[in-house]
Amino acid sequence: MMIRLENVTKVYRVGVERIHALNGISLEVAENEYLAVMGPSGSGKSTLMNILGCLDRPTSGTYQLDGKLLTRMGAGGLASIRNQRIGFVFQSFELLPRLNALKNVELPLIYSGLGWYSRRRRARAVLERVGLTGRMKHRPNQLSGGEKQRVAIARALIVNPRILLADEPTGNLDSRTSEEILALFDQLHRQGQTIIMVTHEEHVAGHSKRIVQMKDGRIWSDLPRHEGPPGSADSAGGEGGSP
Amino acid sequence: MKLPRLPLAFVRLLIQSVFLALGQIWARKGRSVLTTIGIVIGVASVTAVIAALTGLRANVLADFESIGANKIFVIPDWPDHGPRQHAPWKEIMLWPEQFDGLLEHCPSVQHFSRIDHSGTTARRGEDSLDVQLIGIEPPWHEIENRFVTAGRPFTLIEHSAARAVCLITAQVRDKLRLDRDCIGQRIILRNRSFRIVGIIEPAAALGIFGGGQRSQEVFIPFRTSYKMSGGPIYGIAASRSPELSEEAQAELRFFLRRQRRLQPGEPDTFRAEAIQKYIQAFMGMAIMITLIAGGIVGISLLVGGVGIMNIMLVSVSERTREIGLRKAVGARPSAILLQFLVEAVVLCLIGGLIGVLIGQGLTSAMAAIPQAKLHRAYIPMWAIGLSFGFSALVGIVFGMFPAIKAARLDPIEALRHE
Repeated sequence: MMIRLENVTKVYRVGVERIHALNGISLEVAENEYLAVMGPSGSGKSTLMNILGCLDRPTSGTYQLDGKLLTRMGAGGLASIRNQRIGFVFQSFELLPRLNALKNVELPLIYSGLGWYSRRRRARAVLERVGLTGRMKHRPNQLSGGEKQRVAIARALIVNPRILLADEPTGNLDSRTSEEILALFDQLHRQGQTIIMVTHEEHVAGHSKRIVQMKDGRIWSDLPRHEGPPGSADSAGGEGGSP
Repeated sequence: MKLPRLPLAFVRLLIQSVFLALGQIWARKGRSVLTTIGIVIGVASVTAVIAALTGLRANVLADFESIGANKIFVIPDWPDHGPRQHAPWKEIMLWPEQFDGLLEHCPSVQHFSRIDHSGTTARRGEDSLDVQLIGIEPPWHEIENRFVTAGRPFTLIEHSAARAVCLITAQVRDKLRLDRDCIGQRIILRNRSFRIVGIIEPAAALGIFGGGQRSQEVFIPFRTSYKMSGGPIYGIAASRSPELSEEAQAELRFFLRRQRRLQPGEPDTFRAEAIQKYIQAFMGMAIMITLIAGGIVGISLLVGGVGIMNIMLVSVSERTREIGLRKAVGARPSAILLQFLVEAVVLCLIGGLIGVLIGQGLTSAMAAIPQAKLHRAYIPMWAIGLSFGFSALVGIVFGMFPAIKAARLDPIEALRHE
């Protein structure tokens, strides 16, 4: 298994109160899976994403990525994991406004210690891959929402990540642009990319191959999505799964 | 916080950080320049002060050069310890006969003259003038390198018989409204009439000691002077060469100790000092001024540093989301620390550069004022190096806290920041 979470919990302290964001999550994700994590707000799906993306550490339980135990790693070690194995796509793109598309995409490679030339070469290649050949020198404020998200996806892909983590990637986009971005995800998945996506929209989740429903910090259901046209997918079930 | 493993990766990150910092500063030009004002003022003032002192020092060295590097003064002085520490003046003062036979016993000394130096008023008819009255012996001309330009020097007879003759400077002649050719005319010194036998050339104009007063001099034979005043006297000697100065001083010391019957182990009751001593004294003073100026500059650098810290804290909080993103894509805390530290240092170095340029402007302005006599002033390379070094240090010291704050930001919190 590429990703193996075992009995992961996350407890936050807010003042004297303790908030159990995750209540014993066990999850396995294999290579080239396309997983959608769904659930109402407060269900713990963002916390799960943060832990999967090595931005946060679980309070208890273990997280293995490619057989490597990440739970006891320090801040520097987790930074390297994020740098080399994980690509993030955020709802609000998170592009640096003063840098053009190329430089935004190069950003992770700066922290890999790569030289200028190879950074530039790889950034060009990956921008071509997401279909932004003509937009490389544009700054974020000169790009449309869909183009911005393509830049963000290119930035996530430039390190050839093991997992692509997307947090509501279409949340800030109109429906037509959303479909374009989702089509890009589908294409990446076909090329072998492992994708984990957080969403609360049925039609977005409809692009995935497996849907994990969360509620109150637990996995409520974990079902493969049956093949069919997007949107007509199974309405996330209440029965079965692992409560 | 570990540094990246490869030195090459670290160097790349450093270069990247410098470009990033320059971009960041350029994007906020006005604010950045205002922030560095403390550093600018500090560096500008320190470079200007150092330049002025350098100019002054060059003047002093040139002055001492003209006085003569092989000149040695022998002056009476109380020892700073021992039984004679509070001895009466009679035991300390030099007597003319103590110098008898000096040249035979001090082979490194080429010339020696006893000097009886006092102030008095020279009169001629209605005119009077405050002058330096200096009793000299024949070798004085060689030691001071000042010769008679009109008339003649004292004869040996005039010296040994203590005649009432004098040599005057052209300035004394003019101030007393004597004839241009005044040889043979008389002036009154200490109620005694002296015949002028010659005009002596003025002392080389000194930048710092005020040449004007010095050249109002009247010279009379030493014995004539000593008979009238009874001292106190001192001696000046010239070593055979500047290199022999130390040896000449040692010989003079040995000779005078014997003449004054000082017991072995007893401290000297006089000083035999070369002109270098005074140069050293000036250098000491210059170092003091530099230190005081350094202290003032230190305060302004401190104020400047606090300004830098403030702007860096603002910068960190403005760019919280950016820091969050950089961390999310794999920036280690050390990389973020480096980025902000480099930005603070670059900001300070820019301040230092502006400061040095303004300091150069001030120096050029100083050098252009003729009365200031600072035409030799310039900013030495080490002062420029020091300025940049201190600027960088201020950046590191005051940039450290904001940089640590940035490095410790939690990426999740930072990305949520508005």
